[in-house]
Amino acid sequence: MLEKAIVMAGCAVGAGLALIAGIGPGIGEGYAVGKACEAIGRQPESKGDVRSTMLLGCAIAETTGIYGFVTGLLLIFVAPGIFINLL
Amino acid sequence: MNVDITGARIYFTIPVFGGIPITETITNSWLVMALVTGLCIYLTRNLKVKATSRRQIIAEYLVETAQKFVNENMGQKFAYYGPFVAALFCLSVLSSLLSLFGLYPPTSDLSTTMAWAILVFVLITYTKIRHGGIGGYLKGFTQPIFILTPFNILSEVATPISMAFRHFGNIVSGGVISTLVYASLAVASKALLGLLPGMVGQFLSNIPILQVGIPAILSLYFDLFSSVMQAFIFCMLTTLYIANAASDD
Repeated sequence: MLEKAIVMAGCAVGAGLALIAGIGPGIGEGYAVGKACEAIGRQPESKGDVRSTMLLGCAIAETTGIYGFVTGLLLIFVAPGIFINLL
Repeated sequence: MNVDITGARIYFTIPVFGGIPITETITNSWLVMALVTGLCIYLTRNLKVKATSRRQIIAEYLVETAQKFVNENMGQKFAYYGPFVAALFCLSVLSSLLSLFGLYPPTSDLSTTMAWAILVFVLITYTKIRHGGIGGYLKGFTQPIFILTPFNILSEVATPISMAFRHFGNIVSGGVISTLVYASLAVASKALLGLLPGMVGQFLSNIPILQVGIPAILSLYFDLFSSVMQAFIFCMLTTLYIANAASDD
């Protein structure tokens, strides 16, 4: 009983820690969008190109945040079943 | 609330070679393949040399867009990659957009995206070997300094893994968030309608009225925007990696 509790607690705490990875893309993409706004302010005709490039760069920078999110999801929904069967 | 978030359901198992499972991913991929084939056949009927019908103009526009995309990113010598990249984009977009119809999107399964990523990895390796020979390929891991060899190998292995996980993670996170939002809206509407007195409240609280409309706003980002964006990024990374593999820097 205690081992099950420890396993569940470990999974929950791990999921919470995994989502700290969300800080990185937040800061990075915010900075990128700020630079894009500066660029549009400097040259308004380049709005379309700047916007597409910014969206593309943001989607690639999102990757590590998605890694953390998928790890958190796996820890909540998949890991307890596997670990409890191993006990 | 009882939420059920699992992977693809296995429909049945073909008892050959130790059981090949036919999962929801496979059947929905058949549906996407049929859709793409049907679209191609529909767009290429009764073609004329000079485009007069609207169907032919749309078909020519699609082919020109795909060819221009490949030429811009890979240069003229790789123009034969046009059909491959266009097929990858169509499969990816239509697979992810199946979630708009309530079906299980095949790209929500890691197998699909990992298969595409491994295919692209094989193409990148083939391009590198064709460009510099096997000696040049192996020596490329020791550039610029010999000490960096394990890091170069690691980044080479990380290429298909990151491509697959980026695509998979974005699509599956949309699905999970939609499921959680639906479940929470059902609980919220049950609590809200349960405030009505007596039998009316008890009867009405089983109708999840708050589930109408609100998930559609989230679905605009998670289903529409994310699907097209991830397919576009997958194709753009394919072209950039292959073009980079054949260049000399």
